[in-house]
Amino acid sequence: MSAGEKYVAAAYGVFLVFVLVWAAIIATKLSRLERETGELVRLAHARTSGEQGDG
Amino acid sequence: MAPFDFHGYNGRVRTAAALAVALGAAAVIMVFFVAPEDVDQGISQKIFYVHVPIALTAYAGFGVGAWKGLRLLMTRNERYDLESYTAVHQGTIFGVLTLVTGAIWAKASWGVWWTWSSNQLVLFLVLFLFYCAYFMLRFSIEPGPRRERISAVYALFGVALIPVSFFAIRLASDFIHPTVFTRDGPQMTGSMFAAFCTSWVAITLLAYVMYRTELAGKRTDLNLRELREALAR
Repeated sequence: MSAGEKYVAAAYGVFLVFVLVWAAIIATKLSRLERETGELVRLAHARTSGEQGDG
Repeated sequence: MAPFDFHGYNGRVRTAAALAVALGAAAVIMVFFVAPEDVDQGISQKIFYVHVPIALTAYAGFGVGAWKGLRLLMTRNERYDLESYTAVHQGTIFGVLTLVTGAIWAKASWGVWWTWSSNQLVLFLVLFLFYCAYFMLRFSIEPGPRRERISAVYALFGVALIPVSFFAIRLASDFIHPTVFTRDGPQMTGSMFAAFCTSWVAITLLAYVMYRTELAGKRTDLNLRELREALAR
């Protein structure tokens, strides 16, 4: 591989790594949102059953 | 905050993502198998097809951020604050990529990673640092209408630097940074121009998908926070 080819591979590689890192960050965020939504659903259910118990 | 339109988001973003992947693959084929090698620069000129679209996307991100900031100042609608912030964030990310791919190209073509004698490079760095300071300003102010207005005004000021940065090479007397698009049209062959356009559209679509996905995540975060507060009452 020539020096020019190495630089071209590096430039395109940087872009590819960036897209992969971005996808990993979004996947982490999505799993956090999923966990938080699950907690809120449980909280809402607990509150609804508590209100029914009071009524 | 208004409920998030998941159906509208899914349809448009899915189409844009599919197109970005298809055009990205087409761009790689055109760049490496169709477009000829540059006579002067050789293989290292292939960096042009990724570096320039990334730089244009960075300008677009800052431009959209300023436009959304203007919309916020005109309408006082808080949704534009989040949209402006997300667009500036995208512009900054693509700005980092512009500087990194530009440095690699500079090393391949000129033998140096950076040169202060090129106005184009220095002005892009100034633009990039200006928008980096946007985040410091934004996060030094308490969330609320005041932060929204100050952030919008700052994003608007920065947009004035975009034409200066873009046209610097044409206005200045340095001949280090190449000028590809002149008054006589693009200085490249038809297949090179087709490869460049395909790459540009693919990267723009990718940036659009990233913008909408990041915005959806931030809106969902805010909605969840509001829901948590409502349930805690």
